[in-house]
Amino acid sequence: MKSAKQNIIARVGHGSIDTIWSMGAIARFLLQILWRSGTSLRRFSLVIREIYASGVRSLIIIVVSGLFVGMVLALQGYQTLETYGSEQSLGILVALSLVRELGPVVSALLFASRAGSAITAEVGLMKTTEQLQAMEMMAVDPVARIIAPRFWGGVISMPLLAAIFSMVGVYGGYLIGVVLLGVDEGAFWSQMQSAVSLRQDVLNGVIKSIVFGFAVTTIALYEGYDSMPTAEGISRATTRTVVNSSLAILALDFVLTAFMFKGM
Amino acid sequence: MERAALDFWVGLFVIAGFAALMGLALKVSNTNGFGGSSSYQVEASFDNIGSLKVHAPIKSAGVVVGRVSKIQFDNKTFQADVTLKLDSRFAFPKDTSASIMTSGLLGEQYLALDAGGDSKNLANGDKIKLTQSAVVLENLISQFLYSKASDAPKNNSNQGAAAPALPGTNP
Repeated sequence: MKSAKQNIIARVGHGSIDTIWSMGAIARFLLQILWRSGTSLRRFSLVIREIYASGVRSLIIIVVSGLFVGMVLALQGYQTLETYGSEQSLGILVALSLVRELGPVVSALLFASRAGSAITAEVGLMKTTEQLQAMEMMAVDPVARIIAPRFWGGVISMPLLAAIFSMVGVYGGYLIGVVLLGVDEGAFWSQMQSAVSLRQDVLNGVIKSIVFGFAVTTIALYEGYDSMPTAEGISRATTRTVVNSSLAILALDFVLTAFMFKGM
Repeated sequence: MERAALDFWVGLFVIAGFAALMGLALKVSNTNGFGGSSSYQVEASFDNIGSLKVHAPIKSAGVVVGRVSKIQFDNKTFQADVTLKLDSRFAFPKDTSASIMTSGLLGEQYLALDAGGDSKNLANGDKIKLTQSAVVLENLISQFLYSKASDAPKNNSNQGAAAPALPGTNP
């Protein structure tokens, strides 16, 4: 005889065991990928194909959203800075917020929904149509042949996409701030350069985007590899990829920011 | 997709990515972050540091020559001990004075170094003896009001006495 209270406690326990179990499974999956990625690094054309699929094809959405994020930052920032008569600092505002936070985070979120979901659906469908088992039958390791190239493709693409996002965003801010709103061009760039430091800001942003690249591609591949081999299973796995990797990006971003900019 | 076209697009993407990184490094940020270059540390004690922060710039003649690396309260002298990290490319005489200034009216505070005339230079671990505290706006206003009030009967005599008590006000 179980009471309702016991039931609730049991459900909490079940949920936490499940969560910890899946985190362990993802970690083991990541180790397995790293262990067996020798083939994909030797046959680099496999990785190049995946860089095309996840990097080049995400380029348009990254460039367009980077441009608009930069332009909106400049418009909004100008309104506020103008109140204090310090619209010259617009360059600092745009560059710091892009390089430190928005560049890595927003491009990782876009990458998760654009490339991560595609990876999950692809791997999930391969599992559903038993292509992965067929490879194993032919003594081809599916982790080495299918998973690892996609992993490295994503990990290489992510920091490049984040850098492009930030740079395009800065130019978007320039377009609105200098060309449209008439902030002095020299002040815009020189104040930006004096406030943004290469090591503190740019390098930390790049480190962030590399970490996000690892997280997003690992989650996407795991969800695809682990999906139920049905049509519904693939759709659920794709949803889980986007939700879980977005949450992982935001959580990791908080932790990384707390460590990186603690003493600022 | 054909192999050559694939290589082309990926190459273009990678070049664009690295160009963006280079752009961020060269156009957006400053490379002289005092990270790699060697530095030496000097100490200075202040009665009041205002809102000076760790990492605040140290300027001499308006040029950044280092950063504040540590701020501590000394419980014996009841002063703030500030540790200055100066770039070792720049040497300052031993009788250099340090003062806390504000950039703009309400801007961030920085440490200004005024070079002295001593023939010996500051070395690692030395202490700057001549210091000038931050200007606290409330004190400034109250002193101004006080001097205004005492100015009213005898006009010019108090002006000179009030001026030295207001560090950093003379242009």
